[in-house]
Amino acid sequence: MSIILDHVNYIYDEDTAMAHAALIDVCLNIPDGQFVGLIGHTGSGKSTLIQHMNGLEKPTSGCVFYDGKDINDSDYDKKSLRAKVGLVFQYPEHQLFETDCFKDVCFGPKNLGLPQKEVELRAYEALKQVGFDDEYFYQSPFDLSGGQKRRVAIAGVLAMKPEVLILDEPTAGLDPKGREDILNLISKLHEEMGITIILVSHSMDDVANYVQRIIVMNKGRVAFDDEPKEVFKHYKELEEIGLAAPQVTYVMQELHEAGFPVDTDVTTLEDAKNEILKAFGKC
Amino acid sequence: MLRTDKLVFEYIRRDEEGNVEGITRAVDNVNLDVKPGEFIAILGHNGSGKSTLAKHFNALLYPTEGEVFVDGMNTEDDSHLWDIRQEAGMVFQNPDNQIIGQVVEEDVGFGPENMGVPTQEIWERVEESLKTVGMLQFRKSSPNHLSGGQKQRVSIAGVIAMHPKCIIFDEPTAMLDPNGRKEVIRAARALNQVENITIILITHYMEEVIYADRVFVMDKGHVEMTGTPREIFSQVDRLKELRLGVPQVTLLAHELKKAGLPLPDGVLTREEFVEELKKIKR
Repeated sequence: MSIILDHVNYIYDEDTAMAHAALIDVCLNIPDGQFVGLIGHTGSGKSTLIQHMNGLEKPTSGCVFYDGKDINDSDYDKKSLRAKVGLVFQYPEHQLFETDCFKDVCFGPKNLGLPQKEVELRAYEALKQVGFDDEYFYQSPFDLSGGQKRRVAIAGVLAMKPEVLILDEPTAGLDPKGREDILNLISKLHEEMGITIILVSHSMDDVANYVQRIIVMNKGRVAFDDEPKEVFKHYKELEEIGLAAPQVTYVMQELHEAGFPVDTDVTTLEDAKNEILKAFGKC
Repeated sequence: MLRTDKLVFEYIRRDEEGNVEGITRAVDNVNLDVKPGEFIAILGHNGSGKSTLAKHFNALLYPTEGEVFVDGMNTEDDSHLWDIRQEAGMVFQNPDNQIIGQVVEEDVGFGPENMGVPTQEIWERVEESLKTVGMLQFRKSSPNHLSGGQKQRVSIAGVIAMHPKCIIFDEPTAMLDPNGRKEVIRAARALNQVENITIILITHYMEEVIYADRVFVMDKGHVEMTGTPREIFSQVDRLKELRLGVPQVTLLAHELKKAGLPLPDGVLTREEFVEELKKIKR
């Protein structure tokens, strides 16, 4: 169920004095089952980009294809597209509204027009997938901790059975353990259910640890699009556009300059550890 | 500068009809003493009581039991309320919730204007505070056109314009990109070092606290650990139990130590890490 963006341009407030290009000639191909990290500083066009992927925004020019079909064709069924491409917004817990967690998760599938039984089955499955305990099912979502609320919100999207899951900064505002839990959950959904994941993040350390491919946005254009290792080799360019490489990449860089025989394109803690141990002949 | 004496704060939980369901103790017997000019960081997982504690420092919340003193003034004494709010300024997580002006300089002037500062002096203060956070060239801009980090710096300028002795930052960088985070932390450190303003920084980013003089770690409403960043970050496993972490470099050093390299505990910066490894090599 690949997503293809073909020369997509998007201009906010076109034909006014405030016209501002948010996406410029974006061409991307996201194949089925990939785990993609999307990074870029605030205002680089990340959010506009993901809103094109499930038809919330329409390109000023260019096309977006989902599964081979142009999603902006007049006869394209956008409602079913939005069930297939699930979007979890920033701070999704602000969108919780029901009196208990279970009902809240039911809201999405119910709107798909599914029979009640199917709706409840899906809600149950989704809450289980995010590791939510049965005993909290009928509790008000507003009494939960930040991390738990976020799980419920993600379950609400999962209950639509998406083929692609786009998450806009799913770890913002959580404590370190909460961040790790949510990322492990996302990674599990990717591995076990084969869902395509697009993770928007400001944390380079997280991105480096989990994703297979990184897309870097800058001023509405795709600046880099490659494996984490390759992208973070350009750490100097990344800094110029307001980003950075993971801390360990800098550490390895500095060790290399200090004369240690270490590989510099390391992006995860585990690799860094092994490289250093190797340099000290301990491995 | 700030002192809490056996501070306890309890929330009363109510059901839909307003009947009392139970009581949650959000802050539990906290005794703190922050000296003027100190840079304090407060860590703790979601729901550990950090923000509730912070809201006591400028009388947004009042203690259920115990007392809070700001510069010697008891926060429960109403006659000092405005003095306390002026002396202890607060910067919150979401920059969009704290900016009210249509133009940057109007927003920054809002605080002193409400304090009844003469017009001429308001403009002087606006200019001086925007200069401090490096936002002077944007004084005539609309806040809507600024990045998150810039907006957050405008919020900080708004607090500085009230000439506080202490600024409490409640997760000021949670919504920002790496550059925005750096800008805000740099501004906070400069205020501490140059203007000698007492800083209380609440954060989930371990990298941001390594420059603090002292770190408080909160859990279940009380202060679980106190110490310098080095002392705190030496206890990697303890922090993990408290749902926290350590900076990546510290973790890397910890892992290498476990694997047999003779590294010290609590390595905080990349420079230190490289130096330590060089020592081993010799």
